[in-house]
Amino acid sequence: MVNLGDFFYTLGMWLQGLLMRAGLNESAARGAFSALVAALLPLIALLTAVPLIWLERKWIARLQDRMGPNRVGPFGLLQVFADMVKIFTKEDITPLGADRVVFALAPVLAVAGVVGLWAVIPFAANAFGVDLNVGVLYLVAAGTLSTLAIMLAGWSANNKYALLGAFRTVAQMISYEVPLVLSLLVPVLLSGSLGLNGIVAAQREVWFVFSAPLAALLFLIASQAEVSRAPFDLLEAESEIVAGFNIEYSGMKFGFFFVGEFLHSFTMGLLGATLFLGGWTGPGVETYPALGAVYIILKGTFVYFLFVWARATFPRIRIDQMLDFNWKLLTPLGLFLIPLLAVVNRGLSESSVWLRNAALLGANVLLAALVLTILGMRGRSARMRAASNATPAPAALRR
Amino acid sequence: MTIAQVIFVVISAVVLVSAVLVVVSRNIVHAALWLILSLFGVAALFAVLEAGFMAVVQVVIYVGAIATLIIFAIMLTRREMREPGQQTHRWWPLPALLAMALFAGLAWLLGSLPGTGAAPPALAGEDPVLLLGQALLSPEQYMLPFEVASVLLLAALVGAIVIAGDSR
Repeated sequence: MVNLGDFFYTLGMWLQGLLMRAGLNESAARGAFSALVAALLPLIALLTAVPLIWLERKWIARLQDRMGPNRVGPFGLLQVFADMVKIFTKEDITPLGADRVVFALAPVLAVAGVVGLWAVIPFAANAFGVDLNVGVLYLVAAGTLSTLAIMLAGWSANNKYALLGAFRTVAQMISYEVPLVLSLLVPVLLSGSLGLNGIVAAQREVWFVFSAPLAALLFLIASQAEVSRAPFDLLEAESEIVAGFNIEYSGMKFGFFFVGEFLHSFTMGLLGATLFLGGWTGPGVETYPALGAVYIILKGTFVYFLFVWARATFPRIRIDQMLDFNWKLLTPLGLFLIPLLAVVNRGLSESSVWLRNAALLGANVLLAALVLTILGMRGRSARMRAASNATPAPAALRR
Repeated sequence: MTIAQVIFVVISAVVLVSAVLVVVSRNIVHAALWLILSLFGVAALFAVLEAGFMAVVQVVIYVGAIATLIIFAIMLTRREMREPGQQTHRWWPLPALLAMALFAGLAWLLGSLPGTGAAPPALAGEDPVLLLGQALLSPEQYMLPFEVASVLLLAALVGAIVIAGDSR
């Protein structure tokens, strides 16, 4: 692998040298440096939530033709801080009959599962927590923590609405993990690497969103469902189960879930940028490696904007529609997509990069056209059946 | 003891203690949670052994799928989460003795195997995940067991749908 500049590497070496001059031996210096990174990365991740909440509220407001927060500070920038003060000073209630330990553990797990994802995201060349050779699988494994956290929150609160919310979580998050994993497999397949650094390096010429747009779409939909935001926010459907799994939470414990959700969405955006939009690659990265961090944050924010856009646009879907959509459309689509791309990728592995990627794009378009045709035919036949079955309404009702 | 050994002992203690608590705790959801901690500990042991793939797969399958399924089943089926009855059978010393004999036999067997206690061979320069993938799919290594296992899982999947689906 070509070493694209080493700004962050030099920075790390300089810090380690500083520690060694302060009297530590080499392995201790490396250990102290790792501990520093391990402490800083979650801190940065959690602090990102502050501008994110403001940004999302402004975007949602614009999309819904409102002003959004505009009272506290210029452009409402300080609104989040006001909210933080409010949430810190609220009473922390544990309901009677709740399982106290599990009740307190669930919000922590919810945030931990999200922050854990940041360990493997490469922010620039040589700037990542750890380069796991199983990075993509690690993402799936860390995602299970969030599912667990929501289930525990729903169960421990001793509230039937919370429990119902937890049941919906299991149905939704476990179902949508299948197309999510299938869509994650496509960059793995095209790059020949399970590590996120290898996947970014393989996108130096062509981003995977161009060679596999269907996989990118699958990722977008499935991760929106994993984060369980609208239109997939069934587990907190206000009109049906009040607030869902977090109904009994108040104060900072609720704040944890809230921050965790925002951060999860943005982290999914960063992952989408890493897996499909080339990560930190971009013009000028070779000479100024620190530019890579700017690129990935811009790209991640763009994907995050797509999530927010979907959230502001689509109405909540019903639970049967949610399951049908996953098991009858997304999962089969992913299952067809992977062998198709594998065959095309393997068959043209000797030819030039551009020809191979054009063929991959063509295969994607073909599959998309096929799926849309089948869906159109099914829809038409369903409409015909409905029209032929419809009997004219009684005269009393027809007014 | 080296740092690696200390870490190993700590993780093993977590695994064993939480495994005991799975059996001992009266609240069945707590038992499931201890099981999850125990499985996480096993994943950490794999990570200490530099088997990153096994560690992650352990978490994905055992914590992500199986433990979640167990918790879900418990939540759906049990109204009363606490088991008030006696936890031990009156014949419990006999199986305990048998289990200890089994453990002693296994420990003796593993101890007498050649190569026990030796330093692990350094991994070749190649990515172990790559080697594993190639081994699973190359005909002269593990392709046949791999494919047989996948057919078995497919049969189980179809069987589950046949049993659960309503007969139209």
